[in-house]
Amino acid sequence: MNQKSRDTDIPAVEYLDSRSAQGPAGSLEELHKRLLLLPPYRWVTQAITRSGLSARGILIATPYLWLLLFFLAPFLIVLKISFSEYAIAQPPYTALFEWVDDVFIQIRLNLENYQLLFEDDLYWRAYLNSVKIAGISTFLTLLVGYPLAYGMTRAPRHWRLALLMLVILPFWTSFLIRVYAWIGILKKEGLLNLLLLNLGVIDQPLVIMNTDMAVYIGIIYSYLPFMVLPLYASLEKMDDSLLEAAADLGCRPIKAFWQITFPISIYGVVAGCFLVFIPALGEFVIPDLLGGSGTLMIGKTLWAEFFSNRDWPLSSAVAVVLLLILVVPIVAFQKMQEKDKAA
Amino acid sequence: MAVSGQEARKKWEPWNDPQEKPHVQLVGVSKRFGEFTAVDNISLDIYKGEFFSLLGPSGCGKTTLLRMLAGFEQPSQGQILLEGSDMSGVPPYRRPVNMMFQSYALFPHMSVERNIAFGLKQDKIPSAEIAQRVEEVIELVELGAFAKRKPHQLSGGQRQRVALARALVKKPKMLLLDEPLGALDKKLRAQTQFELMNIQEKLGITFVIVTHDQEEAMTVSTRIAVMDHGRIVQVATPTEIYEYPNSRYVAGFIGEVNIVEGRVAEVGEGHLSIASEESGCSIRARHALDAPVGAAVWIALRPEKLVISMEAPADTSSNCMVGEVWDIGYLGNLSIYHVKLDSGAMITTAKTNRTRDTEQPITWEDRVYLTWTPDAGIVLGQ
Repeated sequence: MNQKSRDTDIPAVEYLDSRSAQGPAGSLEELHKRLLLLPPYRWVTQAITRSGLSARGILIATPYLWLLLFFLAPFLIVLKISFSEYAIAQPPYTALFEWVDDVFIQIRLNLENYQLLFEDDLYWRAYLNSVKIAGISTFLTLLVGYPLAYGMTRAPRHWRLALLMLVILPFWTSFLIRVYAWIGILKKEGLLNLLLLNLGVIDQPLVIMNTDMAVYIGIIYSYLPFMVLPLYASLEKMDDSLLEAAADLGCRPIKAFWQITFPISIYGVVAGCFLVFIPALGEFVIPDLLGGSGTLMIGKTLWAEFFSNRDWPLSSAVAVVLLLILVVPIVAFQKMQEKDKAA
Repeated sequence: MAVSGQEARKKWEPWNDPQEKPHVQLVGVSKRFGEFTAVDNISLDIYKGEFFSLLGPSGCGKTTLLRMLAGFEQPSQGQILLEGSDMSGVPPYRRPVNMMFQSYALFPHMSVERNIAFGLKQDKIPSAEIAQRVEEVIELVELGAFAKRKPHQLSGGQRQRVALARALVKKPKMLLLDEPLGALDKKLRAQTQFELMNIQEKLGITFVIVTHDQEEAMTVSTRIAVMDHGRIVQVATPTEIYEYPNSRYVAGFIGEVNIVEGRVAEVGEGHLSIASEESGCSIRARHALDAPVGAAVWIALRPEKLVISMEAPADTSSNCMVGEVWDIGYLGNLSIYHVKLDSGAMITTAKTNRTRDTEQPITWEDRVYLTWTPDAGIVLGQ
């Protein structure tokens, strides 16, 4: 390699020609050297060196910084807005902190938004209904997803990768477009009704569109991969000889499923359920597009408060409470994952 | 079987007793997977209380045979009778037979106790009795301190014991063991072999074990069935298999052996005289084979039955091979000599190291004589 012979005082432009066939470590070092010629990079690296941070420290700090910047900070802003009052202004809420005579800071905590959430039954009904819809659709997704994942693990080995691809394939298309496609299937003169009418199964078109039923179908369809993948992962690990051992010890196949297969896959079941339940709870697109006016879900309510009513403080309060509701299953999920790792 | 002491054990030979009814009978059993014949027309009787080994190289059909006994595979042809009743079509969960799996197949989500109790719970046995029987068997396999642990908290040897206990607790009519000691290291394996024998003797359950380890089969078995390509080549006691193999395959599979080629020169009263160019001498052997004069035969000679010496014996014309020491392997208890005969054949012989001399009297390129008694050679036909 002729890199070594070159001196750093050669102009930077010289380094920008594409030279390949370098080891990864060598090229990284080379990159570092080249970047040092740029002032901002130099300042940052010098600052890091001066502060005494190690590479390890930076690596560990990065995800925390990320969460601080993109999760905690926005959340605190939302929390702040939720304690303010609606105002016809830009932005449409009153300030939480105000200088009085340039000496004191005045904090005006407005708890009315939260009070309203508990007093107006629209909100707690929306919360409860969301929990109900998310819960039922999680259970239904499990019912659909379990046999699917089980069948995949029983398929010949060379088929499994293709089947796994088929499960992931819908992600290649926009979620919104796929939900729109369901309108074409479920509506009164949609594909499903056409098929069933032509087959003579029904003589009146089914009313599915704009009902809770359509919301369930939409959620099950959209979140099925989130259920199937963890189930598949936990079922695939299972040793087939366990079922043979169960049979050998006098256990019938159906009983063996409930006593061996299901308990072994329980972490997959719980993981899948959380992965479906958590996003389904705050789901907005599916109830909005497929559900009817009677479908009450908190995601939809939140959207309406924010965009239609322009009541930022109230919708912020709705969001904060939704997060608090979600914290319970999220913490439970993490506890379970830790237990799974320990086992 | 209420057998105690070496003398009584030796005499216990139900397979030689025409009055004895076999415990398990295989009648013309075959198993085909598509074009491939895994088990080819096997007929076999196994008697109550036997420790029976199925021995053979991998792919010889021994595991398939075991799985047919357990009920995981159905024979394509033939019948399996357990105590006289036909087992075909009986699913594994209804067979009074238990299996110890090669992978142990312990239920990972259950403690040792619950793993062992699993089989009893399926039979709806009262829980007090389950607890008692589980405790008994845990004591039998010496796992008392680990009863509450999960399988992943146990060592390989402990898991093996749990698997054994789980299969034994149901008091099966027959216990099937699929390479039960394959995952253990050599020392533990040797120790466990003797424990298995003790447990089997204590309980009197018929054990059928599949193994590819001939030493293991020799140690534990009452009888061994040597298998090759889906067929049984020989069924006999370990001693018979070793001393009286019925074919070159069996002689070569069990232990070390030298095989030299020859032709029957003379059929005498109770003995054969064989001319063998390969060995460079005429061979006298006990008459064990109906072979006419001129027939091609093979003489199998076990290394430890050959006597190696620098001095020529009185009669060098028969049962005496002459050659040059080519290689020496010092094993501590034994020394192995590879002797190259004048015919070019390589003969292996073993000599017990009776003294602590570090200087071996026989060394490389020495000219040595290998002698043996007419009893020592095994004459094998085609």
